[in-house]
This record gives sequence, C-alpha cells and structure tokens, in this order.
Amino acid sequence: MQAQAGKPWERIAMTVLIVLVAAAFLFPIAWMLSTALKAPEDIFTPTPSLLPETWHWHNFADAWKAQPFAKYFANTLIVVLVSTPFAMLSSTMVAFGFARISFWGRNALFLLVIGTMVIPWDVTAIPLYIEYNKLGLINTLWPMILPGMFGAPFFIFLARQFIMGIPHDLDEAAKIDGCSRWQIYWKIVLPLCRPVVVVIGVFHFVWVWNEFLTPLIFINDQDLYTLPLGINLFKNAYNIEYEKLMAISCLSVLFPVTLFYFTQNLVLGGLSLSGVKK
Amino acid sequence: MSRTNAGEAALLRSARRKRWKENLAGWFFVSPWMFGFVFLMLGPMLFSLVISFTEWNMVGAPKFLGFDNYIRMFTSDPFYYRALTVTFKYVFLTVPLQVVLAILIAVLLNRAIVGIRFFRAVFYMPSLIQGVTLALIWGWMFNDDFGPINFFLEQAGLPRVHWLTDPDVALYALVIVALWGVGSPMVLYLSALRTISSEYYEAADIDGAGRIRKFFSVTLPLLTPTVLFNIITSLIASFQTIVLAFVMTGGGPAESTYFYSLHVYRSAFTHFKMGYASAMAWVMFVMIVLLTGLILKSSKYWVHYEADGGGR
Repeated sequence: MQAQAGKPWERIAMTVLIVLVAAAFLFPIAWMLSTALKAPEDIFTPTPSLLPETWHWHNFADAWKAQPFAKYFANTLIVVLVSTPFAMLSSTMVAFGFARISFWGRNALFLLVIGTMVIPWDVTAIPLYIEYNKLGLINTLWPMILPGMFGAPFFIFLARQFIMGIPHDLDEAAKIDGCSRWQIYWKIVLPLCRPVVVVIGVFHFVWVWNEFLTPLIFINDQDLYTLPLGINLFKNAYNIEYEKLMAISCLSVLFPVTLFYFTQNLVLGGLSLSGVKK
Repeated sequence: MSRTNAGEAALLRSARRKRWKENLAGWFFVSPWMFGFVFLMLGPMLFSLVISFTEWNMVGAPKFLGFDNYIRMFTSDPFYYRALTVTFKYVFLTVPLQVVLAILIAVLLNRAIVGIRFFRAVFYMPSLIQGVTLALIWGWMFNDDFGPINFFLEQAGLPRVHWLTDPDVALYALVIVALWGVGSPMVLYLSALRTISSEYYEAADIDGAGRIRKFFSVTLPLLTPTVLFNIITSLIASFQTIVLAFVMTGGGPAESTYFYSLHVYRSAFTHFKMGYASAMAWVMFVMIVLLTGLILKSSKYWVHYEADGGGR
C-alpha cells in the first residue's frame, strides 16, 4: 500500500527532500552531458558551471572520429543481435520446463540453477580461456555471445515466476486439443510471456552493452573490440580531453537509457517478480 | 501391494510410460541450460580445480605441486593479504550501506504523493550505467582540480579531497560509485512496500505506535525477505568486483584498491601463473559459498515471511 499522507507541510517537506535527492542522483549525468558540450577552457577552470558558455556540438563528432567507434559499435551490435534472441528463447524454454513439467530431479536442478549465481567469474575465466583457445574462439565475438545463449539463472528465475502465474486451464485445453508440450510452449505460453521476454531482452542488452571483462580477457584484436574496450582504449589515449571522453560516454549511455525509457513499466514491474522469496 | 492381474500390470506400464515421457519432456526443456552448465561452468570449474594444484604458464606441461599454491597465498604473498583486506572492507561497507540507502529512498518515494513513477525511473537510471562508462563519469566527478565534487566542497568552505589519489580515501570513493547503483535494489523495496496491507498499520495505530515504532515493528520486518535477497546478490557481486578499480585506479594508489579479483586477473593474464590464480579463485569461491550459506542459515532468525505471522 501507499503510506497515508500526513499533514500538508509534511508532504511538501517530503517532496522537496525527494526532489533534492533525485537531483543529486542525476547530477553526474547532467555533468557528463554539460562537459561533453563545453570548450576545453570552460572545463579546466576553477569555477566550473553546469551550463556551457558556448555549445560545442562538434565534440560528439570529434570523439566519434578519434577512434574507429563505428566498428566497435557494429561489433557490440552483432553480439547483441545474435545473443539476445537466444537468451529470450532459452530462458523461457528452461523456465517452462521448471514451471510446467514435473520431471525427476526438478527441484534439485532448480536449486542448482539458482546456486550457480554464487560462482565468481574468477573461477571459470582461466579454464574458459583454454577451452575457447582449443576451439579457436579466442579473438572472435563468440566468447561474448555464448554465455548468454543457454539461459542465465536470473532470467530463468524471472520467467519461471511469470509462467507459474499463467493459469493452467490454457495448457489443459490445448492438451485436449492434441497439442504437444512443445506446441503448448511455443503457441500458448511463449506469446503470453511477452512482458517477461521484454524484461529479459532489456537486461541482456544492458549486460552485453556494458560488459568489459569478458572481451578484455578473450579479445585482443582491435578490429573486434566492443564499445567498452574501445572506450577504455580511448580513455588511455585521450586522458585529459574530458569533453571528448564525456561525449563518447554520452553516446554509450544513450542506448541503454533509451531502451529503458520505452520499456520502463515492463522492466520495473518485471523486476518486482524477483522480490519474492528466493 | 496385492497381486497384480494383467489389467493392473498394463495400467502400471502405461503409467510408467507416461512418467518416462514426462521426465523426458522435462529434461528436454531444461537441456539448453544443462548444456551451458556443463560446457561453460562445471567442466571449466573442475579443470580449474585440477590446475590449482599445479604450476602452469599455459605453454608447457603443468607441474604438480600438491597444496603449495594454497599454502603460498596464506604464507608468502603480501599482495594476497592486501587484496583480501581491501575486498572485505569494500564488501562490508558496500552491502549494508546499499541496503540502508535503498530502503530509505524507497520509504521516501512511497510517501510521496506525486510522480512516483517518474522518480522511480530517475533513481533506477544510474544502474543502467556500468563498467567503463561509469568509471569514466566518476573519474571526472572526482577529479582533484577541476571536478565538481571538490568544487562544491571548496564552496562550502571544506578542504579538497584527493578522492582517487589518496590511499586513505580511494576505496571509499569506489564505495560511493557503487552506491550510485542503489536504484536497482530500491525498486524491489518499493514494490515490497506497496504490497504491505494497510491493516498492519491500522492495528499499530490502535496500539498507539508512533511513526518510528511503526517503521521498526511493521515496515522493516515485512521488508526482510527483500533484504535477504538484496544482501545475497549484492554480496556475491561486490566480492568479485574488478572493473571500477581496473579502469579508475588500476588498484592504486599504494594498492589501496587492489581487489581480490584484480590479483587473480593479474596473476593469470599478466603473469601467466594459471595454477596460482586458479587456487586463489577457488578460495574466493569457497568464501562466497560459506558467507552465503551463513546468511541463509541466519535468515530464519531475522527474516519474516508474511505467512508465519509477519508483522509480529
């Protein structure tokens, strides 16, 4: 429930407080944007201001051209476009198995799925490097694509919660009509899963978009760099040109934030599914 | 069981066949995850366990060492101790602070009358910014001479702080950056708050409970399942943190942000001590499992599920 409101002055005080805290949270983003539009002399001053003196829109183009960002961007996009459909499909498929079929070992297996969340990357990174190396996948985009393809525990958990909320009557009716398990999943459950599929897609996108460690370890070839690796390279080369660094940061933030803007109700609503007991 | 005639036997067979089909279908649907688990997790983990008992630079043949790697990290690697203290300090600062801050903001937002949706999105947005971009933005915020934080401090008549260059401060700076992502647990608390039935508060009103009393005896107990979820996920994530330190400080100044994962990464991919790095990784894994287990065990003393009496 929403807590009942107190006296009017209290409501005003609360609202002012929230606005202040929210402003503080947004400040780093505003500062990034403002720096990206400034001239260097407006940046390196002891009395900086939030609004640029003159608006230097060309900082964005300059930053974009300073490195082969188009290439890094394309690489990131390939990873996203190939892996996201698999992530959506595999997570809902596995979740359907857990939510709708009572098979031998189901509960133990589900605990195992959740349990794998405690495995740190440190344990698997070295052997994966050797495995990928043997398979000839080092310096390809595959090490970025593969991990998400088979269903991540968090997504499986979310989708399972969602599917358990879908009435069984639909399955039963379909079964009577002679639908196979696969048809029930494909034709009935999956279409109803659209909200949770969107949530999985957005989270997967944000993860791939920001992932730094995986490409750092498995990709050395600059032609295959994803955006975060490219930005890190750029940072090391243009250490003090903050207007350019912030311009490229803006561009990198733009995509996840836009995606979130259009899906926020689904995403934030979907997240609340995970708030229940583990 | 009594004697089975032919009809019962047939029935039993068909029931068994049905069970068998059910099992097969179940395992078919979970097979994608099983495949990923075996080839990207279980296999690699076993391999890593084996090489943790060897010395191996990835080129020659591994040399069996027994427990030497495990003994070495606790007896003759000063960097290991450094990394361990830095990581524990970071985890024990970040996790509780995140829980408290997330609950505080959620409670505030829940009391606001207008624009909950808007503010919810505002607080959530920073958690979409991660990794290198996050490091870049905050590196600039914390800049010694031209960063806005020091500018504000100076305006307020306070001394400038060398956020990322003072060994006594740098770790706290990284904690602040981590707390900027508080929006993602906050959203969970907010939706938990909105499911609390108003009856609890009315009952508390009748008992004459004040606002603070109500928070501690009604609201907080009903949030504990979310707190448990938050603590565990945040603990696991903070333990293996590396990117912020890698990009912002490189583990410095004076190894004050030299995280456990940074030590593992450097040992493996800079110095090619694959055996030693694997041993350290396994010790970290065991520590995470033990801590998570401890928290789950303790949860029966402090987590209230609404079914068993909730608000006490």
